Amino acid sequence: MNLRRRKLLAIAAALVVARPALATTAEMKAAIAAFAGGAEPRAGRVTLDVAKLVDNGNAVPITVSVDSPMTALDHVVAIAVFNERNPNTDVVKFALGPRAGKAVVATRIRMATSQKLVAVARMNDGCAWSATADVIVTLAACVEGDG
Amino acid sequence: MARALITMPKSAKRGEIIEIRALIGHPMETGYRPDANGKTLPRDIIRSFVCRYNGEQVFGAELHPAMSANPYIAFHTVATESGTLEFTWDGDNGFSQTETVAITVSG
Repeated sequence: MNLRRRKLLAIAAALVVARPALATTAEMKAAIAAFAGGAEPRAGRVTLDVAKLVDNGNAVPITVSVDSPMTALDHVVAIAVFNERNPNTDVVKFALGPRAGKAVVATRIRMATSQKLVAVARMNDGCAWSATADVIVTLAACVEGDG
Repeated sequence: MARALITMPKSAKRGEIIEIRALIGHPMETGYRPDANGKTLPRDIIRSFVCRYNGEQVFGAELHPAMSANPYIAFHTVATESGTLEFTWDGDNGFSQTETVAITVSG
């Protein structure tokens, strides 16, 4: 009996320890799953370029590039950026095609606090790739009355 | 009319990949910020951006409140033929603006 209890405790402890490694908020996970359309995004092929330490969360420059030949047979269909801690998990979604020539997009976004950003690219064959970046923000967006 | 800035080459060789940078003046009010009296300001953002090359869409974007004020988007396209590129921004409160830029493709 005692042994079984110990075993159960060990399993419970393992679960608790294993969880945080994969932790993304449920909302972001759901948004990513909806965007990827069933395919589980794999890490790789996508590069999310963003400063590790950001002074001003009101305008954070980001660049997303995807390793793809961008031909009619093999191209990126869409790129989306998600965040974990803003009031809204969506940031921006780009629609691309073979006429884009190069799967590189740059923009400026708002970040409410230090958090994780995820960029997901969906390919024309249905698979999805992703990249993650942790960003520390010193001056947050959307907190003060005017900014 | 908001002020829009589009930076791209005026001419290119056929098949060349050109970079286009588009910026438009807009507050992108998130709908989460309080005003001086503590009342939440209503959302007022640009929701979509589309670039058409001689009428055919080559790039599009769906914008959310997490986009910075005066949204800036840089992307690429293949210079296929001479003509015009049309940039359209649409948003809340009936916001809609279109800019066109001509391109000459040689070779």
